Amino acid sequence: MDSAITVPTPSGAMTTGDVEDPRLGAIAMRLKDVSVSFHGRMAVRDVSFEVPDKRVTALIGPSGSGKTTLLRALNRLHDVTRGAKVEGEILLGNTNLYSREIHPTLTRMRVGMVFQRPNPFPTMSIFDNVVSGLRFNGVRKRAVLNEAAESALIAAALWDRVKDRLKMHASSLSGGEQQRLCIARALAVEPEVLLMDEPTSALDPVSTQRIEELLSELKARVSIVIVTHNMQQAARISDLCVFLLMGDDGAGEQIEVAPTQKLFTDPTDRRTLDYIQGRFG
Amino acid sequence: MSVTTGIGELPADPILERRALIQSIARGSLARRAVVSRLMLGVCGLAFLAASTVLVWIVYLLVAKGFHWISINFFTQDPLTPTVFQQNLLGGIRNAIRGSIVIDGIALVIAIPVGIVAGHLLAVSENVFANAVRSTAEVMTGLPSILFGIFVYEFMIIRFHSHFSGFLGGLALTMIMVPVIMKASEISFRAVPASIREAGLSLGLSKGVVATRIVTPAAAPGLLTAVLLATSRAVGETAPLIWVIGNNYVATWSPYKQQTAIPIAIYNGILNGASPLQQAYAWGSALFLVAVVLCMNLGSRLLAAFLRRERH
Repeated sequence: MDSAITVPTPSGAMTTGDVEDPRLGAIAMRLKDVSVSFHGRMAVRDVSFEVPDKRVTALIGPSGSGKTTLLRALNRLHDVTRGAKVEGEILLGNTNLYSREIHPTLTRMRVGMVFQRPNPFPTMSIFDNVVSGLRFNGVRKRAVLNEAAESALIAAALWDRVKDRLKMHASSLSGGEQQRLCIARALAVEPEVLLMDEPTSALDPVSTQRIEELLSELKARVSIVIVTHNMQQAARISDLCVFLLMGDDGAGEQIEVAPTQKLFTDPTDRRTLDYIQGRFG
Repeated sequence: MSVTTGIGELPADPILERRALIQSIARGSLARRAVVSRLMLGVCGLAFLAASTVLVWIVYLLVAKGFHWISINFFTQDPLTPTVFQQNLLGGIRNAIRGSIVIDGIALVIAIPVGIVAGHLLAVSENVFANAVRSTAEVMTGLPSILFGIFVYEFMIIRFHSHFSGFLGGLALTMIMVPVIMKASEISFRAVPASIREAGLSLGLSKGVVATRIVTPAAAPGLLTAVLLATSRAVGETAPLIWVIGNNYVATWSPYKQQTAIPIAIYNGILNGASPLQQAYAWGSALFLVAVVLCMNLGSRLLAAFLRRERH
């Protein structure tokens, strides 16, 4: 349960807390030679790594390196984009997400997502937002809904704030609270993996810190894959880091995968070092 | 569902239980979802078939009955009256084509600026007056188009003793087009993010400059569609024109003279439908009109797609 805590000191050197190699743990998701292309133009090429179970995996890299594109491949969100094509294998447990037998809607139930900007459903109350994934998938029992909503809101550290006003509109919440509501909404269907696409980039520092703190608790419940362009954030919250970089032809490539502590203190690849030291370009 | 371990029964994990429950419910509904999906796809297919059958049938009829009348002469000659000596004298619809260009041109010249400016004003204002204008436009698009013809007739010809002319036809069509353009362009102006407007204002630009140089280009594909929607509606309008443009048999560019128009040529052809030659006018004109509207639609789609692509 203890998370990897790497804190950048003012000098730029890292001090590292106790951490076990996340690769020793169980594996939630396995990517094998995953490529994503749009209308034949390669956006991400041949990415292979393993998402450790109940850990935070960060995808880092400069703009255009394909972080978000890769993330969206992990719950088949590219299926709804015209011209998008995903190749390679993405295994969740033992099943390939892209095999014909798997229904994409089931995939997305098992692999949830939180987006860059808070996007609560605008016409629904706080409660209805949280249980929407359950209710519209056919869960009718009030008790189950109530229980799931409470559990998800507690997990998203929002319960105390909203328990007396569950009937109120989601828009009455602040930006940071809305984002936590979206996390609760994603959690309520009990996904095995939670994808987060720069979930704090639209939030203020205090809300950002809340969500970062939240992540270390959430990973007891769900494996997290997070895209961030903030290296400090990746260092603070993740256990495993995947560094992507745009190749010569514009397609994102995987440069290095390593436990966060190692990647930030002792990277193998020269380009990783350049990037984390801000000498990029 | 509880987990058996070496140290005895552990309490069930509510999270795992819920996960199992929701996934089993969803999996159980997959078969039903697939059936509903197929069913809906079938309904859509049927609807498409019904709509396209009618369309294909109409086009087929037009081509079958109208195509062999169409020649260069059909476009370059005014209608001729068959005589005892020349039974096959047909002529063309040059007068109607020219009339349509004059009338629709006048309507476009007035309706595009008025409609787009009004649409922009509606997009940026939320008050009682704007709501009133919005509702009025709503009502106007629903009115039978002949009322606009009657209004112009009553107002211009009876009251102000104006005479039948292409210009009055243009006025009647303007009243049909403005609300359509206004409503459609309001939507595309609203689709431009407020932050883009605000960025322009924050550079110290005037509201007018922001509207014309920043917001309007951003909304251009939508505006184009708005104008086209209105134009293709106006081009086919017959009823309002009957009241106000009079008739002619010799092509003229003058908006002050009596005019005729392509839909009127169809109408007249049917009215005098006893002779096959008159029917020929109707079929040929109808085919030409449909072809024009189709080309305008296709052209604007392509142009809008091009504008959108240029931006990305």
